[in-house]
Amino acid sequence: MDTMRERFVDVTTRLLDEDPRLALVLADITAASFDPAHERHPDRVVNVGIREQLLIGAAGGLALTGMRPIAHTFASFLVERPFEQVKLSLSHQGVGAVLVSAGGSYDNPAAGRTHMAPGDVALLDTLPDWTVHVPGHPEEAERLLRHAYADGDRNVYVRLSAQQNETPVAIEPGRLTAVRTGRGGVVVAVGPVLDAVLAATEGLDATVLYAATVRPFDRAGLRAALDAHGGRGDVVLVEPYLAGTSAHAVHEALADRPHRLLALGVPRAEHRHYGSMAEHLAAYGLDAAGLRERIGTFLW
Amino acid sequence: MTTSTTTSTTEARARGRFEDLPALMSLMTGDEKHNPAATSTLDALWVLYDRVLRVTPATADAQDRDRMLLSKGHGPMAYYAVLAAKGFIDPAVLPSFGGYDSPLGYHPDRMLLPGVEISSGSLGQGLPLGVGTALGLRAQGLNGPAVWVLLGDAEFDEGSNHEAVAFAGAYGLDRLHAVVIDNSSATHGWQGGIAQRFAAAGWSTATVDGRDHEALHRAYTAEHPGRPHVVVATVEPKDS
Repeated sequence: MDTMRERFVDVTTRLLDEDPRLALVLADITAASFDPAHERHPDRVVNVGIREQLLIGAAGGLALTGMRPIAHTFASFLVERPFEQVKLSLSHQGVGAVLVSAGGSYDNPAAGRTHMAPGDVALLDTLPDWTVHVPGHPEEAERLLRHAYADGDRNVYVRLSAQQNETPVAIEPGRLTAVRTGRGGVVVAVGPVLDAVLAATEGLDATVLYAATVRPFDRAGLRAALDAHGGRGDVVLVEPYLAGTSAHAVHEALADRPHRLLALGVPRAEHRHYGSMAEHLAAYGLDAAGLRERIGTFLW
Repeated sequence: MTTSTTTSTTEARARGRFEDLPALMSLMTGDEKHNPAATSTLDALWVLYDRVLRVTPATADAQDRDRMLLSKGHGPMAYYAVLAAKGFIDPAVLPSFGGYDSPLGYHPDRMLLPGVEISSGSLGQGLPLGVGTALGLRAQGLNGPAVWVLLGDAEFDEGSNHEAVAFAGAYGLDRLHAVVIDNSSATHGWQGGIAQRFAAAGWSTATVDGRDHEALHRAYTAEHPGRPHVVVATVEPKDS
């Protein structure tokens, strides 16, 4: 199976051929993989070097001329480092871009804290009108990237991780998808944590909803799932970034009914270890065993 | 489209006089702390809008217009006055400056005011936006329109400018132009001058008296094939 990042290169390279409005801005990361696209479209595939303020500023300028810019680098350098450019050179200018990240929260822990961005989605939550897609499989990544590129002039963040599920879910962009139904509460799995969530909840009488889009959050879908599968307002949220990032969205969705929420994800505390993704997932309690212990305790 | 732009530019240039600007600026009160910032840009902006930019109120949304991005958003009174003199703004709104319902803030907002290309106020956003604008026009085959970005010498402290200067020079982004108003307000100064930072990155440069309209016009209209162009407009020091 290819990675989501490889699929991003393939899909974007193809769509640059088809849509003259698309322009790709890079900051060295993944640039070599886009050499063929750059050869065919030298004016629409631009590598600015290791200059992330310019990466986002240039995307804003491209959008001001009517183009549909795509900007890409690691999440830490795409959202966190140039965050003021995201706020001012995109949102405040009234223009939109598609930001496509790699690296996520824990893809490459041997590289250390500098290459971890568990706060990216929470940061974007401070800004108005962002769409945030978190695919969990290359097929979903392709679907959501195509959707994002064609999504008018909206600001869209597509968060690609090296962690991915074995099989794709038949997603509808923006909607929660039920992958298992039960009566003992609802577990919302976001993107690449789905396989671990399914393993952790095996044998539990719980509904598992899958979210490959987290903003806007599908409030109606969550309410419908609770209505359909029993009155208990017990919700578990499992996200591959900062724990609790979508807690406010769940509380807003269920503001008019009693409910309980367990929000799991990457802890805020800095985890000062190198090693592998699997070791970090275990340390965060995001592997199947860690999830089962916490979800089982909460729901029963 | 080019022909109509030229015609309407000529009509627009018949409007307003430089002598009108002080009276227009005096209609805006409340931000006196930024008066030095406002007046430092007055001549440079006037010559641009009066004699160089191919944009008028009628072509403010035309895809082939020249674009002037005010990056140094502080003290925009001179900018608003020039826009009023050129018909982009009704002079009657100038006294509302800074008010709740006013389109005229202490920093401009492109979503509130026609003819304003970018919303600014946070220093160092404009030149990267200008780079992207020039790239976007080039990608659409629009090689005529010029992109201008007005900065201040203290604003040049911001590192984002240096990302843009290095890239634009290396890339040969020749429809990009910068005007740096140098009123010696950068805390640590620019030893050896600002122009040499641009020159080292491959830009065409000119440093002129920022109050001399003929010198400004000559610098603005200098040929610079294959390279972006910067005009450093030196004016009296901020603290003088």
